[in-house]
Amino acid sequence: MIDNGMGWHMIFLSAFLINNIVLIRFLGLCSFFGVSNQFDTALGMSMAVTFVMTMASIVTWFAWHFILLPLHLEFLKIALFILVIAALVQLIELYLKKMIPTIYEAMGIFLPLITTNCAILGLALLNIDYSLSFFNTIVYSLGVAMGYSLAILIFSGIRERIDIAPIPHILQGSPIIFIMAGLMSMIFLGFSHLFGL
Amino acid sequence: MSKHSNWNVLTQGLFKENPVLILMIGLCPALATSSNANDAFGMGVATMAVLLASNILISVTRKFVPEEIRIPIFIIVISTFVTIVDYIIHAYAIELYASLGIFIPLIVVNCIILGRAEAFASKNALIPSILDALGMGTGFILAITILGAIRELLGNGSISFLGRELFNMQAAGFKPALLFIMPPGAFIVLGFMIAGVKRLTREKGCEDLEKKASCCVPPSV
Repeated sequence: MIDNGMGWHMIFLSAFLINNIVLIRFLGLCSFFGVSNQFDTALGMSMAVTFVMTMASIVTWFAWHFILLPLHLEFLKIALFILVIAALVQLIELYLKKMIPTIYEAMGIFLPLITTNCAILGLALLNIDYSLSFFNTIVYSLGVAMGYSLAILIFSGIRERIDIAPIPHILQGSPIIFIMAGLMSMIFLGFSHLFGL
Repeated sequence: MSKHSNWNVLTQGLFKENPVLILMIGLCPALATSSNANDAFGMGVATMAVLLASNILISVTRKFVPEEIRIPIFIIVISTFVTIVDYIIHAYAIELYASLGIFIPLIVVNCIILGRAEAFASKNALIPSILDALGMGTGFILAITILGAIRELLGNGSISFLGRELFNMQAAGFKPALLFIMPPGAFIVLGFMIAGVKRLTREKGCEDLEKKASCCVPPSV
């Protein structure tokens, strides 16, 4: 689907809109449904995810190309990546707490949860699957992270409205939220084949 | 433990605490791999295999694992079993491997497995932990296979399962709606399935999704 010959703007668009990580690829759904009840928490989560996603992609790219591939340890991919991501999240949390307390206040509570956010590990594995170059890995990660943020921010706006809307009793609570996500996914499906992608 | 409570442990994952329909965890694989009944069943079996193996190992070693570093140990145990399952599927079911793709390695971050390790297997003896894994695993397989079957029926007009075609409505002039095997169909069908389960269990009022997806959401939000 994506390869190094595509040009960076095409890779970015593909990740950002056409193959939106949440609504088309179904990654990171727990946090998408879990923290989208208010716009502010959604904003904090999307900042934290953008930051960790980009960092994790860079670190796992180096781990794959300079540790696992030369040593022929490809089978350790899953175990190593999840540990690298867990350790990275801890380090980022400690660093922010000490050095930049204002940013820590904004996204601190979301950081520990990101370890189990499947979008982060999924993206690290996708970068390897597509065998992207280092620059394209960063472009792709930023596109995916911004796609995640776009989806969760729009969704949280709709959810704030739906709280005060009259909804049939049987669909109240989670069913209407899933159906709304389906409608949003339909909108993103409309981007497919845009620019011939 | 008495026979009665063992039976409860086995059955609560099936319906009362069904991971997908009631607890709403493990949503990513449930939605992503359910475009047909066969792939959905394969994903369910792979997840259940990892759940069973990790529950057994974590329950057996629960007395030696230090409290402070239990989560990293759980993650290593789970990722080891996921790697094994990944290689087994690659070796024996290459078609399934191709259609499940990235979602096989992502079993490692499935909330069901880490959640059961933390909430059940690390506190209970071997036999209840096995039963818990069997119950939760079967509940997951049931939910995801039914979701896959509904989507395949509406989106393709037929259901095939394990290489056999069980049902075909296209001959009777049914025009399938392709939307249902595409991503939006997954959200919509699951939404109606949850509404149906709510109707069956007659749950009153709106429950909050936030508290249920507990391993993904901070308690303070």
